[in-house]
Order: sequence, then C-alpha cells, then structure tokens
Amino acid sequence: MQQSWWRKPKYWLGPLMPVLAVIAALIAGAVMLVLLGVNPFVAYAALVDGAFGSPNSIADTFVKATPLLLVGAGICIAFRGGVINVGGEGQLIVGALAASVAALYLGDLPGWLLITICLILGFLGGAAWGAIPGALKAYLNVNEILTTIMLNAIAIQGMNFLLSGPLMDPMQVTAGSFIPQTARFPISIDLPRLVPTRLHAGVLLAVVAAILVWLLLWRTTIGFRIRAVGLSPKAARRAGIRVERYAMLALILSGALAGLAGAVQVLGVNHRMFTDGSAAGFTGNAGFNGIVAALFGQLHPIGTIPASFFFGALLVGANKMQRVTQVPTSMIIALNGLLVIFVVSSEIWRRRLARQREMEEVAQVLQPASASEEASEG
Amino acid sequence: MISDLFTPMVIIGILASGIRLATPYLYATIGETFGQLSGVLNLGVDGIMLMGAFSGFYVTYMTDNYWLGLLAAILTGALMGLMMAFISVTLKSEQGISGIGLYLFGLGLSDLLFQVSLGTVKTVSGFPPIDIPILSDIPVIGPIFFQQNLLVYGAYLMVPIATFILNKTTWGLKIKSVGQNPAAADALGVSVTAVRYATVTLGGIFSGVAGASLSIALLNVFQQNLTSGMGFIAVALVYFGGWRPIGMLWGSLLFSSVNALQLWVQTLGLPIPSDFATMMPYVLTILALIFAVRKVSVPAALTKIFERGEG
Repeated sequence: MQQSWWRKPKYWLGPLMPVLAVIAALIAGAVMLVLLGVNPFVAYAALVDGAFGSPNSIADTFVKATPLLLVGAGICIAFRGGVINVGGEGQLIVGALAASVAALYLGDLPGWLLITICLILGFLGGAAWGAIPGALKAYLNVNEILTTIMLNAIAIQGMNFLLSGPLMDPMQVTAGSFIPQTARFPISIDLPRLVPTRLHAGVLLAVVAAILVWLLLWRTTIGFRIRAVGLSPKAARRAGIRVERYAMLALILSGALAGLAGAVQVLGVNHRMFTDGSAAGFTGNAGFNGIVAALFGQLHPIGTIPASFFFGALLVGANKMQRVTQVPTSMIIALNGLLVIFVVSSEIWRRRLARQREMEEVAQVLQPASASEEASEG
Repeated sequence: MISDLFTPMVIIGILASGIRLATPYLYATIGETFGQLSGVLNLGVDGIMLMGAFSGFYVTYMTDNYWLGLLAAILTGALMGLMMAFISVTLKSEQGISGIGLYLFGLGLSDLLFQVSLGTVKTVSGFPPIDIPILSDIPVIGPIFFQQNLLVYGAYLMVPIATFILNKTTWGLKIKSVGQNPAAADALGVSVTAVRYATVTLGGIFSGVAGASLSIALLNVFQQNLTSGMGFIAVALVYFGGWRPIGMLWGSLLFSSVNALQLWVQTLGLPIPSDFATMMPYVLTILALIFAVRKVSVPAALTKIFERGEG
C-alpha cells in the first residue's frame, strides 16, 4: 500500500500553491516585459541585483520588508479570525501619527524611553483604528471591509490636516514653503542601525512580532479561540466562545501591528512624518502589500517572514530594474495584484484536494468497521 | 471669509460642479449595484476605473476621437469585469481579497502603460459641454443642469434605466433571486453562473466608463492614481444607497458636492481646513452603514460562494 509521496499530489500540491502562483506571476510579468520590448532575463537579473547585489541593497530589502511583515503578521490574526481587514493603510497612518506626536512633544525624555513610548503609542493608535471597525462588526454587524476602507480615507484626511496644520514643521512656516511634514524628530530616537547601512532595529522587532503572533495563535487559548471563530463561528459559539469578542480582538490586534509598522517607519526610516496628500505617499502601499505578503505566507506568521522579505526584494529590486531597462516600478504593483489573484484563486484547488484527502481518510477509518459488519452478517 | 461661500455665484458654482463630479460615482455605483445584487462584491472597482480612465484617455489622445476613447474604456472595463467574474464565480475565490488583487493590478498596470506610452501628463479635448436648447438659457438652473457634457447626462439617465431593469424586467428579477437565494434560483433553472458573469462584466463596463468620464469628459487628463480611491467609495456607496439606483444618486451627489465645496474653499482661499469637509462624507457613510443599512435588505448571498448541491 505504501506509495511514493510524489504520486499523491494532494499531499504536497497545497503548500506548493503560493510558489506556483509566484511562478505564474513572474511569467505574466515576463510576457509584459516582452510586449514592452524588454528582455525579461535582463530585467529580472537587474531586479535580483537591485535587491541583493550589495550590502546596501540587502539592507534596503530588509527595511522595505519591515512594514510588510508587521502588517502581514496582523493580517494573519485578522484573516484567521474570519475578519477581512483592508484598513492597514489607515491603521499604519494613525500609528505613525501617534508616534509622531510623542516624538515631537516629548523630545526631552531619554532616547530609549521615548522610543518605547512612541512604539507603544503607534501600537495603540493602530489598535484604536482597528477597534472601530471591530466593534461595529462585532456588535452592530456592520461589514468590516467597508468600514476599514472608510477609515483609511478618514485617516488620510486627518494626516493631511495635522501635517499641514498643528504638526507642521515650524521651519516650513517661517520659510513660507508650507511643505506638509513634521519637524525632524530628535536624533536620540532614531532607531539604532544594525550595520553601517540603512538597516535599522525595526526589522528585528518585526521578526519578533511575527514569532509572538505565531505563539499567540497556536500556543494560547486566546489564539485558539480566534482561529476557531474564523473556521466556524457557529461551532465556536456552540463551544461557548464569545464570537463577537474574538472577532473584534482579531481586528484590534491586526490594526495594532499595522500601527506599530507606522511607528517603526517614522522612527527608523523617515525620522519625520510627511504626506503628499495620498495614502501611498507615506505608506508606499504597505497596508495592501502586507495583505499580499500574508496571503503568500499562507496566513501563517512564520511563513509571512520570508514572504515579506521576498516582496521587500521585489519592491527594492524594481528601482534597479527601472534604471536598467526603463520599465516603471509600477509593474511590480501590477504583478503583486496578479499574485494576490493567483493565490486566492488557487484556494479552490487546495479546498478540493483537502476534501479528497479527508474523504480518503474517512474511508480508511470506515473500512475495517464495514468489514467487521460484513463478517457478523456472514 | 466664510460668508464668501454664500454668494449666489459660488453656490451655483458648487452645485454645478457637484452635479458634474457625481458622474464617475454614479457610473461606478450603478454598475457595482448589479454585481452586488447578484451576490458578487467586486472590490476592484478602483482598479477597473483606472484602467478605463487610461485606455479612454490614450485612445482619445492618439485618435482625437473621444467616442473611440469611450469604446476603449468600455472594452477594457468589460475585460476586467470578466476577469473578476472568472476569479470570483468560476474559481470561487474570497471576493474581498481578490478584489484587492484586481485593484493593485489595475493601479500598477494603468501607471505602467501611462509611463511607457505617454510619459508625462498631457491633455485631450474630451466630450464637450452640450447646451440643451431653451432649458440652458434659464437663469441659475440652466447652467447647473443643462450645460453639461454627454457623459454627465448619460450618468443621470442610467438611474431610471437601471431602476427599470432591476424592478420591471425578468433579468432584474433573476439578478435579485440569484443574490438572495442562489440555491433556489438554481433549482428553478436560473443559471447562477451566467447571471453573475453578466452582472460583474456589466459592472466592469460601468467602472470603465466611470474612469473614462474623469479622463476624457471632466478633467481631460490622465495621471498616476487619477481616481485616488473613488472606486472604493463607490463600493461603500452601494451599501449606503441600499442597492437601489435612486440611493446611488443621493450618495453620489453627497460625495461630489462635498468634493466641490472643498475645491471652492481652496479656490477662494478660505481659512477652513478643507480636510475636515472631505472627511465628512466618509464619516456619514459609516454612520449610514450603522443606522440605515440594517433596515434595508442586504442581498443574502453577497460574498458567499455558490456551490451547487450545497445549498
């Protein structure tokens, strides 16, 4: 009866799906490049070189991956808990704003203390921005997809108002240039650099956060309940779990991690907050790309770690690709979109394979029983 | 100062631009209404709008013919709608997430094509304003209602047409039955797949036209992320408007008037933080989602995957 594992695709094809999705997206990208009259091998070689070619580019890849990992780890909690959080952009902005306020007004505190305060405020800011849709979903049954989208827009307007008003750099006012950005934060709260590159300590924080999310989801009762609610709210309710509370908690934690990503971004990379009027100007679409990374990591926080670094590499490498082949970096955004579509669409095969496997297992369990029945009849 | 806002000239200006700016919201929301009524939430409207806006602009720019531009936007929208239908109906993927994928795809691809083909922001002469004889000469009302371009008139015309289709035709009833109870509709011989493909593709066409209405009728330019999230608002407005075309009209007008007000506040240089004005419609939408939507009927099968024999 022992068959080689590779003869049973249903056992290994599922976990392989994201890899196949990436290959499909890269092929689609290659087709686009050919249509643009660019040799795809040259373009992809430039992309890899741009992402890993030098210590600096590797550092940039890690820096770019940091917000994706934090947002993505949060997305794992939300999606596992059955809530669809597309409000990462807004939560990230609110987290960054909260951290900025502390950085600007509490500059006299010692650096380590102020960094801690900023990070906690970022976490809480994001949590608050996740709590609104969470509470509305849990207690008033309002669709969280819509409220998170609305709260993204509200966060953008809030950011634009604060950065062109109360939080604006006084230098911008005296110089009369009125660029909507804050003053530079005290140098004492720049996140420590790990090696002499742009790589800052936030990347370690993100990895630790992802591991903590894994522990939370798979090693604690709270995590177990969140996952139970996501798998089957009905069954969870029957088991005595307060479904509403855990769905809301999933959104709050998800928002909190996105907020933390915002705080890490201002402390580690920009050292001030700025806006160009749109969300992407500040976030670089991290709120959405974090979803991509989490999906690619199979909604598993540990899987999200390499996934985030992969997407960080794509985003950083795209700049080099643009310099070498004149292909705009927006191609990577399009490819990310395709990737999401491929990953989500491949779910149907995974479900089908899982069902096949389950039925086979059930059949195996039932077989001896039916055999003994026959025996008793005979 | 603030009283500057209440001169007749400014009020007429705000109303006129509010009515104009409602156009993209109207097309997008009415198209999305069809999809959602049949049970498919297409969150990728913004991506389709961007692709429609670009293709419409590009063809108009190259051929100097805005009708060809509109046709290009329609075809692009139909193609992207078909794509969403394939992903969400045939491949049965989670709609909320695949819509985000479609959005990112449209956002990236429209900018990629724009930078490769045009490179810099250019302008075209799009749909010209058409004065409706006699009516456009009426003081005050004339300039507001009867000196708009064809795509603006078309958007308002869609409200009664969509209302009629949804309420008075068999196809409209099929759409609603598929969205309320797909298993029952299926048992009665209505093809759930066919209806959803049709509505989502139609929604794509409308989103494409919505984008084109920006790039070749209202603003006559294309740039990166031209819609800046309008498509997402449209998706929410469909809930806000209670899945009825007339509701889409009020929702679209609310958002566009506030946009128009904000533009005028900026033009007149008034000391009001316009960001708060811009914020209001979003807050209102959330409030509407809380208080209003629960009273009207959400299509029961919205976002739910239909598997035959699992009803």
